[in-house]
Amino acid sequence: MDLLGAADTIIQGVLLGSLYALFALGLSLMFGVMRLVNTAHGDLIILAGFCGVFLNQVFGVGPFTTMLAVVPLAFALGYVVQRTVLNRTLSRNPLPSLVVTFGISIVIQNLLLELFSADTRSLAAGGLEARSIEIVPGLAVGVLPVIVLAVALATSAGFQWLFGRTRLGRAFRATSDDGEAASLVGIDNHHVFALATALAIGVLGIAGIFQAMRTTISPTDGPAQLIYAFESVIIGGMGSFWGTFLGGLILGISQAIGFRVNPGWGILVGHLVFVAVLVVRPMGLFPKTAA
Amino acid sequence: MDEHNAAIELETRASRITRAIIWLLFVVSASMPFWAESSTLRQFSEFACLFLMAQMWNLLGGYGGLVSIGQQAYIGIGAYALIALGNFGGVNPFFCVALAGVCAALVAIPVSQVVFRLQGGYFAIGTWAMAEIFRLLVANLSVLGGGSGTSLTAVRGYSKWARESVTFWIAVAVVFGSIFLVHRLLRSRFGLALSAIRDSEPASESQGIDVRRTKFLVYLISAAGFGVAGALYFLSILRVSPDAAFGVQWSPVIIFMVIIGGVGTMEGPLIGAMLYFAVSKLLGDFGTWYLVGLGALAIVVTIRFPGGLWGFVARRFGVRCFPVERRVIF
Repeated sequence: MDLLGAADTIIQGVLLGSLYALFALGLSLMFGVMRLVNTAHGDLIILAGFCGVFLNQVFGVGPFTTMLAVVPLAFALGYVVQRTVLNRTLSRNPLPSLVVTFGISIVIQNLLLELFSADTRSLAAGGLEARSIEIVPGLAVGVLPVIVLAVALATSAGFQWLFGRTRLGRAFRATSDDGEAASLVGIDNHHVFALATALAIGVLGIAGIFQAMRTTISPTDGPAQLIYAFESVIIGGMGSFWGTFLGGLILGISQAIGFRVNPGWGILVGHLVFVAVLVVRPMGLFPKTAA
Repeated sequence: MDEHNAAIELETRASRITRAIIWLLFVVSASMPFWAESSTLRQFSEFACLFLMAQMWNLLGGYGGLVSIGQQAYIGIGAYALIALGNFGGVNPFFCVALAGVCAALVAIPVSQVVFRLQGGYFAIGTWAMAEIFRLLVANLSVLGGGSGTSLTAVRGYSKWARESVTFWIAVAVVFGSIFLVHRLLRSRFGLALSAIRDSEPASESQGIDVRRTKFLVYLISAAGFGVAGALYFLSILRVSPDAAFGVQWSPVIIFMVIIGGVGTMEGPLIGAMLYFAVSKLLGDFGTWYLVGLGALAIVVTIRFPGGLWGFVARRFGVRCFPVERRVIF
C-alpha cells in the first residue's frame, strides 16, 4: 500500500474512532460508578439523533443549535430514568438491570419506528459536512470529523478531570468502592448514581447529533452503536477514560483498515480486534495502573 | 418433634397431576400428524423452538447466573449446521437437528473461553458481539449463500406429509424431552451446584463446587439446546439467511418470555412461551406496538414482580408443578 493511502486510512480510522470514543465514555462512566451496563445506550444515541432531526425539521434550527436543547434533555432523561427505574435494579445479580435496560432499548427502537418509520434520516449542517481541509496534496480531512475528534478529546479530558479532581468525582469513586460506607459519610448514593447516568446520557446528546450529521440514522441502528461503544471500553481497559478514548480510536482504525481491504469486512475486522485484545490482554490495552 | 414421623418429600400433589397431564398431552400430540391440519403442526413446531430457547435461556441466565443477549449465535450455528450437513454433507436432514446441537456445543467451547473473561453486564454484550461476528462471517461465505441466505434442499426427496410429520415429531420430542431432561438435571448434583452458585458464588466455592467448570458446562448445554432449536426452526421454514438466523431480534422475544413467565423456575419458560405464542398469534407477529408493550411489561415485571407470573402464583398458592427441591414433612 502506498504511504499516502496508509496515512489516509489511519486518519480516517482515528476520526471514526473518536465518534466511538464519544459513544463509549458514558458506558465506561456508568459501569465504573455502579457496575451497571446500559444496553439501551446505543438506542439513546439514535434517540438523540432523531430529536435533532425533529427540531431541525420543525423549527428549522441548525444541528449545533439543536444540541442546546438535546443535551439538557438527555441529561434530564438520564437523571430521571436512573432515579425512578434503574436505581431499583442495582444488585449483585446483573439480570434485573440488563432486562430493564434491554426493555428500554426495545421500547425506544419500536417507538422511533412508529414515529419516524424505518427510513434513514440525517441532519444537514449547512455544507459543513462536505467541507474539508487539505493537509498535504492528495490528503484531506473533513472539517466535521475533526470537530468530533476535538469534542471527544475535550470530553475525555473533562470526564477524567471530573472523576479524579472534583468533589462529585470523589463521590463517584466512593460509592463505587463501597456504597454503604459512602452513605455513612453523608453521600446520597441514589442522587450520585442519577448524576452519573445524567452525565453519561447527556454526552450522548452531543454524540447522537454528530452521528446524524456524519452519516444517516435509522431507528434500528442503536444496537450496533452499543456494540462499538462496548468494544471501545473493553479494548481500552476499564477504569480510565483515556483508555476508553484510545480504545475507540483503535476500533475505528481497525474498521478503517478492514473497509480498505474489503468493504464487507470493515465491521468484522473491528470485532476480531476486540476478540484478540480480550484473549491476549483481558484487562484491556490501557488499564488504570495508578490513581 | 417426633423424628420418626419426619419424611422427605420430593413429589407434590401438583407435580403428580402435572405428570399425568404431561403424559396425556404427549400421547395426544404424538398422534397429531394423523388427524391435525398441517398449519397446526407447523405452529406447534414454531412453539417448540421458542419454548426450547426459553428453557435454555432460563437454564443459563436464571440458574447459571450467566445473562446472555447473544444466544442467537447458536440458533444461527444450528441453522447453518443443518444447511452444511444436510445440503452438502448428504446427512439425513432430520438427524441433522441432533447434530446441530453437537456443532453448537463444539463452537461454544472456544467462544466460552473468550466471553468468560467478561463479567456480568459486559458478559451479556460480549455474547452479543460474538453473535455479530458469526453473522458477518457467514454473510461473507458465498458457499452458504452469503448475505441473502440459502434454501434447505436436503428435504426435497421427502413427501410433504413425511417432512411435516417427522419435523413435528422432532418438535414433540424437543418439548417433552427438554422438560424431562432439564428437570432431571436440576434435581441432580449438578443442578444443586448450579442453584448454589446462583445464590452465592463464594459460598458454593468454599463448599467445594468447581464454579468455573459448572458455568462452563451449563453454557455448553444451553448452546446445544439453542443449536437444536435453530435447526428445528429452519427445518420447518426451509430457508435461512444470516440476518434471520443470527439476528438480535431473537433476544427480546426469548428474554421477555422467560422474565414474564418467571425466571429461575421450571414452569416460567413454559408459561412465558405459551403466553407469548398465544398473544402474538392474536396480535400479529412482531408488530411495533406489540414489542413496545412487551418491553414495557418486562420492565414492570422485573421491578414489581421479580418472580414473574409463575413466581406470583407459586408464592400465592404454594404450587410446585416441577419440584426441584426436597421438603421435610413432619
